[in-house]
Amino acid sequence: MTLLKLAKGATLAFAGAALTLGTAATPAPAADFSGKRIEWIIPYGTGGGSNRWARFYAPRLQKHIPGNPTVAIKNMPGASSTKGTNFFARRAGTDGLMMLGTSGSTQFPFLLDDRRVKYDYADWEVILATPVGGIVYVNPSLGVKEASREGMKQLQKAKLKFGSQGATSLDLVPLLAFDILGLNVKPVFGMKGRGPSRLAFERGEVRIDYQTTPAFIKRVTPLVDAGKAVPLMTWGMLDDQGELVRDPTFPDLPHVGEVYERMHGKKPKGPAWRAWRTFMAAGYPAQKMIFVKKGTPADIVAALRKAAADTVNEPGFKEAAAKSLGNYPQAVGAKAEVLMKVATTVSPASKAWVKAWLKRRFNAVP
Amino acid sequence: MLEALAAALVEITSGQHLIYLLGGVAMGLAVGIFPGLGGIVGLSILLPFLYGMDPTSALSMLIGLVAVIPTSDTFTSVLMGIPGSSASQATVLDGFPLAKKGEGARALGAAFSASLFGGLIGAVILTFVIVVARDVILLFTSAELFMLTILGLSMVGVLAGGNLAKGLLGCGLGLMFGALGGAPATGEFRMTLGNPYLGDGLPLVVIGLAMFAVPEIVDLLRAGGSISRSQTLGHGWLRGLKDMWVYKWLCIRCAAIGCMIGALPGLGGSVVDWIAYGHVKQTSKDKSQFGKGDIRGVLAPESANNAKEGGGLIPTLLFGIPGSGSMAVFIGGMVLIGLEPGPAMVEGQLNLTYVIIWSLALANVIGAGACLFLSRYVAMLTTVRYAYLAPFMIMVICFAAFQAQRDLGDLITLFVMGMVGILLKRFGWPRPAFLIGFVLADQSETYLYQAIQFYDWDFLLRPGVLIIAAITVVSAWLGARNAPTGEVDAETALAKKAKNMRPQAWFATAVFAFFAWGLLDGLGQSFIGGIYTIGIGVVMLPIAGYMVYVTWSNNVAHTVNYDHEVEGAHLQSDDTPGLWHYILWLAAFLASIVLIGFWLAIVGFFVIFLRVKTDASWLRIACMTAGGVGFVTALAWVMVLDFPRGLLQDVLVLPWPIG
Repeated sequence: MTLLKLAKGATLAFAGAALTLGTAATPAPAADFSGKRIEWIIPYGTGGGSNRWARFYAPRLQKHIPGNPTVAIKNMPGASSTKGTNFFARRAGTDGLMMLGTSGSTQFPFLLDDRRVKYDYADWEVILATPVGGIVYVNPSLGVKEASREGMKQLQKAKLKFGSQGATSLDLVPLLAFDILGLNVKPVFGMKGRGPSRLAFERGEVRIDYQTTPAFIKRVTPLVDAGKAVPLMTWGMLDDQGELVRDPTFPDLPHVGEVYERMHGKKPKGPAWRAWRTFMAAGYPAQKMIFVKKGTPADIVAALRKAAADTVNEPGFKEAAAKSLGNYPQAVGAKAEVLMKVATTVSPASKAWVKAWLKRRFNAVP
Repeated sequence: MLEALAAALVEITSGQHLIYLLGGVAMGLAVGIFPGLGGIVGLSILLPFLYGMDPTSALSMLIGLVAVIPTSDTFTSVLMGIPGSSASQATVLDGFPLAKKGEGARALGAAFSASLFGGLIGAVILTFVIVVARDVILLFTSAELFMLTILGLSMVGVLAGGNLAKGLLGCGLGLMFGALGGAPATGEFRMTLGNPYLGDGLPLVVIGLAMFAVPEIVDLLRAGGSISRSQTLGHGWLRGLKDMWVYKWLCIRCAAIGCMIGALPGLGGSVVDWIAYGHVKQTSKDKSQFGKGDIRGVLAPESANNAKEGGGLIPTLLFGIPGSGSMAVFIGGMVLIGLEPGPAMVEGQLNLTYVIIWSLALANVIGAGACLFLSRYVAMLTTVRYAYLAPFMIMVICFAAFQAQRDLGDLITLFVMGMVGILLKRFGWPRPAFLIGFVLADQSETYLYQAIQFYDWDFLLRPGVLIIAAITVVSAWLGARNAPTGEVDAETALAKKAKNMRPQAWFATAVFAFFAWGLLDGLGQSFIGGIYTIGIGVVMLPIAGYMVYVTWSNNVAHTVNYDHEVEGAHLQSDDTPGLWHYILWLAAFLASIVLIGFWLAIVGFFVIFLRVKTDASWLRIACMTAGGVGFVTALAWVMVLDFPRGLLQDVLVLPWPIG
């Protein structure tokens, strides 16, 4: 039979499958995951930063969760990440065998009442939160060397274009920051990610851009060294009191608040600034989080949290993380809960202000 | 550069590297042979093995896997008429007719030797180009990329077949279906009827399967018997090898085209095979055999699509931006190993870069060799009675379609667009034109919008744009020259024509209505969100109106008149079931998925179909069902995939894989 031959050709695939299948059905006491498989839903495709983050963590967590279960990543992209997240909200049980990894672009539709959102962060327990920073850089031809008072004056005179994925995406934070700083920036939408925007920068089509920390370290630093890009400022980071401070990965760069102060001699305030702070806090200091369903037995949640803590305290983790995720303290335990609260709460006033601003500036409705 | 090359050579020929490379190739072959399953499935299977492996071995394995998938996907394109991946859609056009003529082994031989040759040429070009490519690629801005999509669209003229109006309308349909979903610039939802599944647009994998696989499966089932009518395999692969050698210059040209287009980030590899096919067709004097089994129609896309993988390495390694779907998978795998593709890698670790380039070429040679060797045996599938194969094929294309969004909507799209594909085939509307339109819809709109934003309309005067425009004009002129004149005896041709054009008229009317709907929908959007669909509608409606007029006036002698149900070869025997027979089978299958979920439905479909349509014993049916369903179940487990659930699963909690 030729069909048998076909099947033989696929034995390799089978062998891999059989290995995992064989150990699937062993019963285990609570908070022991031996022989189990934890599905970790990543509502993004295989090409992006969230997938990279999850692939960084999965084998490490696997080592520290009691019973060493397989942590299998399930990429479920679609509908700006609401699809995979809705799936988790609908289908996850309370046995800790399904986790969710969110990103800032999962938080934003939730905060802006996107009609596709059928999930609520209040229904989940946070296991870990990973901060990510954002760095703004410009083309040297603008003649701006740093974000000083003079430098920013110079920058304000230029007509700038900015490659963006859409006004209601994470790009809301840079677009609003540019407005607050009085820059003349016109967004060009339809970029398929931050990578293509960076390419447009390298081609000289846009002269201002931003990247998140890992991408900046790997892809923009070579440009900076070659004199083809000038880093100006960061979004900053939140300290333990929730204050905006300099990004610890780029301590030499001022954050947006400092730049405003340099320009105007006073600290920024007002509804625009409050809205920016809120959405920046939602998008970056706890950009990527791991969740399980609320109602999961306390011992299982505790075991997962301990595994996360053990992972980040493991010798060598810091160095590996600094290379892949940026130099930020990974938040576990109570700190993760605080960051999660900050990232998923927005005052009605700020929400209304941002919605009105999106409509007015970009004719965009989330 | 030479030192790095020498160091790379030592590394590649080391035993350990070779063994892992072979492992990757074997796995790639095992996965790639199934239509629609490609890099992502392969990587999911490979992942558990990659953890804890040393980086060099893991990299070899990864390259082996990525390199061989565009080679092994040729099997189903040629033998079954089902595109194994979006990169080998054009291979179907001439490869499958050859298989039907009983020359499957020859077509495979030609395809694999062209793949091998193309892959090697790609590697040679890469070796020299990669050190200087960065600046060249940066010259291609959104304006040039837009003009390249126009060059791609101009191929429609060559692929249109006998009737230009049908070609244009087919392409327009593709553009309109491609525009469905979120608008690139504003994110507004177009033509989605409020359905969240449609918000992300229709997935290319599903559309490719719907256009080629579904109509082919239905036709083959109706014709009965086996795929190969002659029940022989022909002269085998040696002849195919000779064909490649005869047309070596063609293969070199197509490999160069493939390498170049693959190297441009953002254009994507999905049009490479069509451009190569268009190229061979427009430069050939005798075009009469294209689409009926011309070996050049196999050689061109196959030499291009393997070279494309090499070209795809350029943006992947230089910018960290994947040049194609499989390169996205490759980047994902490299990151796992701890390698970060990007400028630092090419400049700082040139020998590692060469290891990657030449491992890819070597894996290509091994993979194509293995395929050549296997082709004799796999080609025997075409002599098996098709009713035995059909359940497997239907299962695999459903599984492949379901990879796209992991949504029941994937299967519904497959069925609905499959119906469109069946009708396009029946009435002789060129499906390649549809696919080109579909593939380029999003890119042409995005780059046009961005080019205008960045450069205003001045973008049309950029030197790069002018050069590509000139190439487009020359290519269109070449295509128009020696256009097929259809020198068939007018009277005998007319005797075979459909006397009743009503079915064609209804179809043309539906197409007209679809364009009108797209236009109306566009008028309801903001200017930037709607202008693209409005534009397509404005251009296409008059042509569609002309089509409606011609078909309703029942002008039988008009070149538009074509009805496969009247002229098709499958109608030679009286007991051929009607067109609707197997469509109803598929519809019943889809309905049962909605009711009881995919897993139970596919088990039921296997058993009932094999019992009704073949004379297999219960034991044989049980074995075939267990084998087929067991295989997809194992795959789904490895890939952490839940099968689509039905209403039953909403009521009852059932264990995996049923629930």
